[in-house]
Formats: sequence, C-alpha cells, structure tokens
Amino acid sequence: MGLARRIIPCLDIDNGRVVKGVNFVDIVDAGDPVDAARGYDAAGADEITFLDITASSDNRGIILDIVEKVAEQVFIPLTVGGGVREFADIRRLLNAGADKVSINTAAVSNPELVREASDRVGNQCIVVALDARQVDGQAGQWEIFTHGGRRATGIDAIEWAQKMAQYGAGELLLTSMDRDGTREGFDLALTRAVSDAVDVPVIASGGVGNLQHLCDGVTLGAADAVLAASIFHFGQYSIAEAKLAMSQAGIEVRHIRKEDDVNVG
Amino acid sequence: MSEKLVVIDYGMGNLKSVAQALERVAPDTLVQISSDPADIDAADRIVFPGQGAAGDCMRNIERAGLLQSILQACREKPFLGICMGLQVLLEVSDENAGTHCIGLIPGRVEKFDRSDHQTGFKVPHMGWNEVEQCTSHPLWEGIPDRARFYFVHSYFVRPDDNTWIAGSTDYMHPFASALARDNVFATQFHPEKSARDGLRLLHNFSRWSV
Repeated sequence: MGLARRIIPCLDIDNGRVVKGVNFVDIVDAGDPVDAARGYDAAGADEITFLDITASSDNRGIILDIVEKVAEQVFIPLTVGGGVREFADIRRLLNAGADKVSINTAAVSNPELVREASDRVGNQCIVVALDARQVDGQAGQWEIFTHGGRRATGIDAIEWAQKMAQYGAGELLLTSMDRDGTREGFDLALTRAVSDAVDVPVIASGGVGNLQHLCDGVTLGAADAVLAASIFHFGQYSIAEAKLAMSQAGIEVRHIRKEDDVNVG
Repeated sequence: MSEKLVVIDYGMGNLKSVAQALERVAPDTLVQISSDPADIDAADRIVFPGQGAAGDCMRNIERAGLLQSILQACREKPFLGICMGLQVLLEVSDENAGTHCIGLIPGRVEKFDRSDHQTGFKVPHMGWNEVEQCTSHPLWEGIPDRARFYFVHSYFVRPDDNTWIAGSTDYMHPFASALARDNVFATQFHPEKSARDGLRLLHNFSRWSV
C-alpha cells in the first residue's frame, strides 16, 4: 500500500457563486462555494479546486473572501486558479488560505513568474495549468493554448510541461481542450505522454463522463490525480462511487470511514 | 486561565490554516501566531510549522533570533513540528547544497531520488499516504493505524536513532513520517490539511501533558 490517487472536484466560481453547483444532503445552497466545498470535503474529496471565471476585474477580490471562509471550515488542500497574473495575486490567494495557486495564461506570457513564485513560496504551492489541443492530423503532438483555450501559442505541450516542471511547478494540471466538455473521457495519450515526461505529479482534466474515465486516467494515462466537474456537480456520481470504482480497478484511493462522523472539535 | 499555544512565525509559509485548525479543535486554548521569542518562552505549547526550502528556513530562524527559544521549547514543553518544522530539527539537510539545521535530532534530511527507482514515483511526494504507527503515543489516540494523511514534500528525514520513529510511510521506500521523544512530536505530513484524522492529531496535541 502507498500513496493514493486523488479525486479532485473542480468548482467554477463566477462573481462569488458556484456555476452549476451540486446539491448535497444537509446543504441548502448549491451556489454557495463555502457550502459546496464543505459538501465535497464531507463526501471524501481529496482536494478541492476553485477556478475563478469572474470576467470583471472589479469583482476579482470576491474570490479572496470565499477562500478565507472555506479555509476556516475545510481542512483538506485547496487550489485556486483563474486570473492569476502576477506574484502579488499568488501571495494574496495564499494569504487568504489557498494551499496551491494555479497559473495558466500568465505562465505562457511570463514563464519567469513560475520561477519567481516557486522560489519565493515553494514549489508545493505552485500548480501550472496546461491547456493542450492535438495538432491537426498529427497524432502524438499537442499544442498549448491560452485564454481559456481560445488562443494558440505554437508551443509543444510536452516540451512546455518539462519546462514548467524545471521552472518550479510542483504539479501540472493538464486539460485536453479537445475533450473538455465532451464527456468522452480524458485524452489518454496526452495524459500519458505528459506524465511520463515529467517528475512532478500530473492532474488529468477534461472530458470525464463516467467513472471508467476516471479509472482510465490513472491506469492508462498514468495520472497522479483526476479532476472532474460536471459528473459530480450534477449528482450523476458521488465521490464515494468514484472511489469505489477506482478501488475495484485496483487503484489505491483514500476511503472515508464511517466513524468519521464523530466530531473531534 | 486558558492555555496559550504559539504557532511560530518565521516567514515560511502560511500559518493561518494551522492556527485555524487548532482553534477549531481546541476552543479553550488561546492560539497565537508569533515571531517574538518572548511569546515562545511564555507559551504552554508550541507548534512549529514551515514550508519552503531548508536554507531559507534556517536563515529566517537565525535572522529572527528564534533559535534559542525554539531549542528551549523543544526541551521543556509540548512541541509539535510540521513538515519543514520536522526537517530542520535534524542536524543537516541535503537541500540547498547542504544546510546546517537545528540539530535537536541526530540524523539527516535526504531527497527522494527518483533515478534509483521505477518511473511512476513523482517528486514531490504529494497526496494522501498511510502512516504506520510504530509506537503507541498520546498523539495517535483515536487515529487508526495506517490512517491516511496529506503529504507534500521532496525531502525526508533519516534519524540516526530509530527509536525516534513514531510513524512510518512507504514511498519508493519506507521513510520516517513522524518522530517523537519526550515532549517533542513532529510530522512530515500536514495534520491541518488531513481532514478528520489530522484534526484529531491536533486535538490530541492540544491536550497532551508531558
């Protein structure tokens, strides 16, 4: 027995509200990020990721308030991404209570930010998010996109993953833009190629539609963690069902015990 | 009068989550984040967290004039080291081309060497892994053997004297994930991020009388 593969629900936050939130038992407001995070914690999520998709820069500060409230109540790791442009953004999120900050577009426009951030706060806090798309007609080749997958960069995804790990990313969050939202499963060839190319853990993301997809991400894609949004949010599957499926596929997971209901506080 | 617990602040990482977790499980205890040696000297209990690089940690401890207070606290009151707060208790770390550390515990800190092993082991060791309880200890009370705790680290401790080892975890090879002796307990994992079992360990620490 050893290290468990992680299951990470991802919550999109827009102007302080969860987009497409799930209704947990005992939790009234599915749109409240604090309630949703508590629900996922109780359900056995191994970490929680918030992606701030707030468009208006005027409302960007709202996420800090949410992170503070979640960190007061949820005692598992919390990653926050979206709109991180400079080191001050990273510092603010960490000070608010985030354990890791995910950098996406800013890492492409300014790779030195990753190096600086890793040097100053440690690589365990720095996640670099990679949005990759297969190059047309070129199996085994993927290109990095930015700005939510809208802008091509011409950068090779595998080389970029290696460079970011070298610059001090403690972890890579890899999203297939071809699969994102399709519910057809991860791009397993991409996941495998990136995971094999770097020393740091890789989180697979984009395309999960059922529990077999989560298992495949680990067994075939060699992902260290799997991230999913819609299959959990819509109540299609619970975290416990996902862990059971992975466990039955021979994957080591962290189970929640019944007696965990006992309050220690 | 309520007990005072000081979380030592030496500029290495966010201490709020540790303090918040302690406040949650020890509502009768006054939890204070401080970088003042006088507060450490006056505290009933000490939590010594830390993240980042060993070299920076030692420089910050020395710059803040905390070394004597930390050593004194290690000798006389309940003391909980977490992550880097465990590693710098040893004599020397391989990090930053060899860092001279506090030296309370004979032994060294080594890096997980992926080259010697099959692929599939990533560094940092990140996530939930099992902790085998090698000794019975008041801080393990109510926590099942082989419960999973949250880890994130690239270096691990190797004490000279195995009787220090209170918890063991397997990643590439077995390593010491908790050390304990007398009034000192120190973990490689993050109890403040380890859900129920982590909170239970912190709760146990808040009640631990040496």
